[in-house]
Amino acid sequence: MKYKVEKNILHLELSGNYLEYADDKTITSLYLAIQDKAVKVIEISAAGLQKWDSTLVVILFSLEKLARDRHIQIKDNQLPLNLKQLLELAFSVNRNPVLKVPKQQGLLEKIGDWGINIVQGSSKGFYFLYESFCSFGRLLKGSAVMRPVDFLFSLEDCGYKAIPIVSLISFMVGLILAFVGAVQLKVFGAEIYVASLVTIGMTRIMGAIMTGVIIAGRTGASYAATIGTMQVNEEIDALKTMGISVSDFLVLPRMSALILTMPLLTMWSDFMGMIGGAFVGITMLDIPFQRYFELSIEAINLSNFLVGIFHGFVFGFVIAICGCYYGVNCGRNADSVGLATTKAVVAAIVWMIVMTGIITILCEVLGI
Amino acid sequence: MIKEKQIEVKNLTIGYGDFVLLENLNFVINKSDVFIIMGGSGCGKSSMLRVLTGLLEPQKGNVIIDGKNFTKSTTIERGAIMRKLGILYQSGALFSSMTLAENIALPLQQYTKYSLREINELVSLKLALVGLAGFEEFYPSEISGGMKKRAGLARALALDPEIVYFDEPSAGLDPISSHLLDKLILDINHSLGTTIVIVTHELASIFAVGNNSIFLDGETKSIQGYGNPKELLKNPPNEKVYKFLTRGEKEHE
Ligand SMILES: Nc1ncnc2c1ncn2[C@@H]1O[C@H](COP(=O)(O)OP(=O)(O)OP(=O)(O)O)[C@@H](O)[C@H]1O
Ligand SMILES: [Mg+2]
Repeated sequence: MKYKVEKNILHLELSGNYLEYADDKTITSLYLAIQDKAVKVIEISAAGLQKWDSTLVVILFSLEKLARDRHIQIKDNQLPLNLKQLLELAFSVNRNPVLKVPKQQGLLEKIGDWGINIVQGSSKGFYFLYESFCSFGRLLKGSAVMRPVDFLFSLEDCGYKAIPIVSLISFMVGLILAFVGAVQLKVFGAEIYVASLVTIGMTRIMGAIMTGVIIAGRTGASYAATIGTMQVNEEIDALKTMGISVSDFLVLPRMSALILTMPLLTMWSDFMGMIGGAFVGITMLDIPFQRYFELSIEAINLSNFLVGIFHGFVFGFVIAICGCYYGVNCGRNADSVGLATTKAVVAAIVWMIVMTGIITILCEVLGI
Repeated sequence: MIKEKQIEVKNLTIGYGDFVLLENLNFVINKSDVFIIMGGSGCGKSSMLRVLTGLLEPQKGNVIIDGKNFTKSTTIERGAIMRKLGILYQSGALFSSMTLAENIALPLQQYTKYSLREINELVSLKLALVGLAGFEEFYPSEISGGMKKRAGLARALALDPEIVYFDEPSAGLDPISSHLLDKLILDINHSLGTTIVIVTHELASIFAVGNNSIFLDGETKSIQGYGNPKELLKNPPNEKVYKFLTRGEKEHE
């Protein structure tokens, strides 16, 4: 790109290749030349122009725009026809952004919006909860529209298919509990209490919590993704217009499967955790197997055990509700399915912790 | 011949939140009409369909179906009206975890007391009607896009609805399949007297099947053309309609 100024005419010569052209120096000095001097006419010659792409169009466009603003005449009839057409197109499109004016919000308005969102969100959540309970009622009356196949499928998925991972994690947790406990108890020469520490810890709460976290990540996420994808594919719309209750058809089988399996998985997790503890007790602390076994059995307390199972039951409910809620309220594109999954898992874990707090306080009050 | 009104739309305003898409619409869809809802991309055709099928609450106004107010109906009344509607979604919206037979059987199980054998018979019949005989045990993921649409149609027709809505039936279909679908639509309309409402911008289909239509315009948020599409082409009410119906190729003199 070369140019020279003669009197009040600027001759611009384009020759050679202009693929991804980027010669800032020349372009800047060219712009300056147009602005500084008393240029009245720009003549563009394109005799040697070979290959070019959109970058050249953009450069010429800004050049011509500048020239037009300064009432400089442009002689560009030597440019190849297609380049000229593109330039015309660049001038003819409307560059005003469509509508989307970013809303300027004051602090008060933001707080108000935030409040409204919370109220609307929680009323939506409560309505969902209410509908799920209604579905349960209908299930008991036998009038719920639920396919047994869906229920069995969910049962399989969150039941025995989850056993390996639950076993592994619970074993590890039992191991860790015992190990950390042993280090402290050794100071007092009370290693023998490791057995009861692990047993009480697992049965009362850790079994349920670990199972809950695993199932939230595994099953809760899959519920949100499955139902969210159905929303994207208009399947939920189809259900609604068929007059089939979404909470009967989609939520009920999943929720009942989880409520049934979670207590069982929790029990299994308790057991595996105790095995993990025993592993540490027997191999590292040299407690004889027989003794460790007896101590563990002694430490099992029915109310602790039942409180643990109750946690499992509540967590099953929480995970199912969170997974299904975010699935049903998923947006209509692929992005929102990912978002729904994340939200479902996070919400499930948060609500599990909240429920644990509530149950613990209740137990305290009831003296369990 | 005086036609009976099937769907009456009164002072309808459609939008999302503060955002108004279409304002104060009035039109009537008669029994056994093939009614086309057309308009440029993004003008709110799909939203209109969502209002007509009860999936979206209008901001103002009412949709009246067979003399009953659909918009302001109770759950039970709405259920009774819904039973008369069949909807073919843009993607078919088949339930992916069920076979085609189970998909089509679902509304039958929901609304009828037929025995299993009768339901199976009906399912086969409906599948044959859309040219999918023998595909009962296939899952939606195992058939092509065009077949999904036809299967979706079979499901929409399961309960012999009085009104069938179509959202862009020919989108994503090759010209021949699209023509066959048009033919199928006309057959259903002729043989069962079903009222048909189609959202589309496929000009060939519009002229081939439509006998009444509205043209929605996003700029003015209103109806810019109302009548038989062929008549609209002959006597276009305004430039926008003419341009749309001639693909903007010819200038109106
Ligand atoms: N859920 C929603 N929330 C907010 N705005 C929406 C929503 N759905 C659609 N819109 C807006 O409504 C407008 C109309 O959408 P709609 O899908 O009804 O258009 P359409 O006429 O069907 O277009 P097309 O022919 O491209 O399918 C769009 O501008 C879109 O941004
Ligand atoms: Mg649409």
